[in-house]
Amino acid sequence: MKNPQRSPTNPGSLRSRFTQVFLQSLLRIRKHNPTSSSSSSHGEFLKRCRRVKVAAYVSMARAVGTRRAWSRATLWRARNGERQRNLLYGRCSKSNSRERSLGKRKRKKKKKKKRDNEEHSFGHAKKLQKLVPGGEAMDFCCLLDETAHYIKCLITQVKVMRSIADFYSL
Amino acid sequence: MSNRRSSSTQSGTPSRITDDQMIELVSKLRQLLPEIRSSRSDKVSASKVLQETCSYIRSLHREVADLSERLSQLLSTVDADSAEAAIIRSLIM
Repeated sequence: MKNPQRSPTNPGSLRSRFTQVFLQSLLRIRKHNPTSSSSSSHGEFLKRCRRVKVAAYVSMARAVGTRRAWSRATLWRARNGERQRNLLYGRCSKSNSRERSLGKRKRKKKKKKKRDNEEHSFGHAKKLQKLVPGGEAMDFCCLLDETAHYIKCLITQVKVMRSIADFYSL
Repeated sequence: MSNRRSSSTQSGTPSRITDDQMIELVSKLRQLLPEIRSSRSDKVSASKVLQETCSYIRSLHREVADLSERLSQLLSTVDADSAEAAIIRSLIM
């Protein structure tokens, strides 16, 4: 098997490991946060939403294990408390995260024009470091390598989450 | 530690990493990005690749956030126990 992680029929594949861990987390969340539509407040909804989001990232990190720096960083953050999570993942609300990322883009745009090509690379590398878990501790070479793996895992994560959501919606 | 300048457009990093390594890593990233992959040009700069990578990761994070919202809404409406086994089977096999 050339690349066992890609095969959907392989029970040991990243995709199936992630699916199992994530589904277990979803069940746990459901059990500990039972809701009925009349009594749940918007705040409760946001809390649960954030738990699902964190569970998704942590489940993927668990499926990857400790062989990658980004997954180790994610697992470390998960173990080290709520406050870290709030700082790093932000809020679940859509408008909040959009505002934050728009604000960042606006600010950096002005500086971008003044830099030459080489500084571009550094500037973008800094941004990338903030996006990849554990990125700030990595040198440029590791950062690119970890980023490639991180993106592959994020794509798998999104696909599985979408399948689960579509399935539940039927 | 001086910055090594080379004739290729993909330079601008500390001298520890060779240009070849850099090119290899950058092209590996390029393969993953949906927009750059579809453009035929070989001469995409490292800066552009990094920029696209950042946007792509941000958009993936947004998708995860949206899907989490959707899932947490759906969680309350489903009887999970019977659905779980069915989902695992359908996704893995």
